[in-house]
Amino acid sequence: MQLSDTPAEADFRRRLREWLGKTLPELPPAPDPSDWPGRRSYDTAWQRRLFDAGYAGIHWPVDAGGRGSTPSEHLIFLEETELAGAPYVGANFVGLLHAGPTVATEGTPDQRARFLPPILRGDEIWCQGFSEPDAGSDLAALRTRAVREGDEYVVTGSKIWTSHAEVADWCELLVRTDPDAPKHRGISWLAMRMDAPGVTVRPLRTLAGTTEFAELFLDEVRVPVGDRLGAENDGWRVTMVTLSFERGTAFASEAVGCRREVRRLARVARANGAWDDLELRRELAGLAAEFTALWRLVQWNVSEAAARGVPGAGGSVFKLRFSEARQRLHDVAARVVGADALLDGPWTAQRLQGLSYTIAAGTSQIQRNIVAQRILGLPKGR
Amino acid sequence: MEFRLTDDQDRLRHGLRDILSDRQLTWEELTDVGIFQLRVPERDGGLGLGLPEAVLVFEEAGRALLSGPLVGTEVAAARLGLRGRAEVVRVPARGPVLVPQLPQLDHVLLLRPDDSLVVLPAAALDAAPAPAVDPDRPLWRLEGELPAGEGLPEGEARRVAADTTLLTAALQAGLAARTVTEAVGYARTRAQFGQPIGAFQAVQHLCADMLARAELARVAVYAAAVSGDVEEIAGAKLLADEAAVRGARDCLQVHGGMGFTWEARVHRLLKRAWAWEQAGADRERCLDELAAHL
Repeated sequence: MQLSDTPAEADFRRRLREWLGKTLPELPPAPDPSDWPGRRSYDTAWQRRLFDAGYAGIHWPVDAGGRGSTPSEHLIFLEETELAGAPYVGANFVGLLHAGPTVATEGTPDQRARFLPPILRGDEIWCQGFSEPDAGSDLAALRTRAVREGDEYVVTGSKIWTSHAEVADWCELLVRTDPDAPKHRGISWLAMRMDAPGVTVRPLRTLAGTTEFAELFLDEVRVPVGDRLGAENDGWRVTMVTLSFERGTAFASEAVGCRREVRRLARVARANGAWDDLELRRELAGLAAEFTALWRLVQWNVSEAAARGVPGAGGSVFKLRFSEARQRLHDVAARVVGADALLDGPWTAQRLQGLSYTIAAGTSQIQRNIVAQRILGLPKGR
Repeated sequence: MEFRLTDDQDRLRHGLRDILSDRQLTWEELTDVGIFQLRVPERDGGLGLGLPEAVLVFEEAGRALLSGPLVGTEVAAARLGLRGRAEVVRVPARGPVLVPQLPQLDHVLLLRPDDSLVVLPAAALDAAPAPAVDPDRPLWRLEGELPAGEGLPEGEARRVAADTTLLTAALQAGLAARTVTEAVGYARTRAQFGQPIGAFQAVQHLCADMLARAELARVAVYAAAVSGDVEEIAGAKLLADEAAVRGARDCLQVHGGMGFTWEARVHRLLKRAWAWEQAGADRERCLDELAAHL
């Protein structure tokens, strides 16, 4: 067991720090959260800078156009960019963390050549068309149909909770290609152009008042068969590859961010007198311990996954604890800032946004089912 | 960074787990295995290992619910070069000073309210037996004035206190993992409404939370052992105490009425978790240590 950098890792960290120190001051001011075109161009410009500096797709394999870094270097990258206050992955999230890794793993050479370079360069944005109004936690119950007509699928149905849909070029879409098969066996994974005729995007307003995601309505959208990833009806397995990536390191840097946030909150508390409240002080102390341990859990999970070859179920343990701790952090923040928590400011925005963490990417209840059944081996109920 | 067990560490952990899964070893057998000489340098007859190996050993000791002055004896040997059985006892914020298994001890390492540490010969202490909640951890209450005496250098006192807290956290992490095994084992076999109770989500979610707490605590203990950082040690103890105490409570709940009986032995997990929660740094002390670093 060791946590310190090897000489090569220390060198990687030093160069990255230098690059961040030079690059971050050159960035334009961050756009308003409601300005979607502005967010797209800001996020893709950042991705382009990463690409030009050789940091794009840091953990992607070299033959997929990535840097092929070790998992340790990937974590150093996540830690250092977060500590330096670099932009988040933002609109590149689905491309870099879902669709891209799935194409890299499951795609043909042609598909990899077509889809991966534009993701890495920040030229193309992806969104995720998985959930449906009647298929949330029970994702495999999805009903959007794709009917084969020659070299094309004709897709009809609707999707929901599609982040970045308004500015996306591509959608990683799950469709039902065999309505008669058992529900997990009749699904296929398609790459769908968002400007194809028949695609309608309707933004959804969240409880935070922003439009973070959208509904997609698909009316006889034509998708070339060549844009199907994996075999027909094998989309569920292909999707599970993606989801294990999501629960692996996708939220890892945010654990570092939360550690920083606890320290910032302690400074606010010292300045406004909340620190004198023993109970509140101890709540902050407990959160500091929690986020430190969660970062260690990421390091543990990543080291184990590197040795074993695939992300393990440990990601569910992390996701479960992290999402709940983060909501607790926002609640404690509200107590620290007092009446300011009722104003529509940055603290409130975070607190409201945070309410999604125990729902998105698998609810906490689904995570508990996964932990109980896949890790602990408890039987599935009737 | 490679934050996982080395092959040697994995063998150490599993070797000990196999030995302890059969039966409880006697003190002499534990001594022969080398538990108390783990970190003593090889030139002094020890095994010359580090804190990471020590927490793996104590995690297994916790899983097996071993009794006796394990932590104090190891820390006294590793940090102060003392031979014989020792217990590290902190004067609590409230209530009497309680020493477990006093008649067996050679030394009591007393941590006083000002954080100074004094080594006392156990035989010289004025103490009376006190009825203990944990049947496997009898207690003696110190009587009269606290013994005075020159404290050890501040650095040594700090290291003894930190090691005690970390190794106790390792015991708790092991105990927490044991509560998961016991609860899951029972939930798989106990049937109600025509199926194992472990098939009900209400029970599954209790078990999943137990595992999540135990896993986070285990990793926090390992990380604190590698970094040796006092803040991480306090955090690890906090998380391990929570995992052990709440794990034992949930384990009792999963066992239903059987959990409330003497012979089901679940109560022993809970009573020990309560005892170890107060050993080393307790919850308040850990939180205040963490707050001081914020």
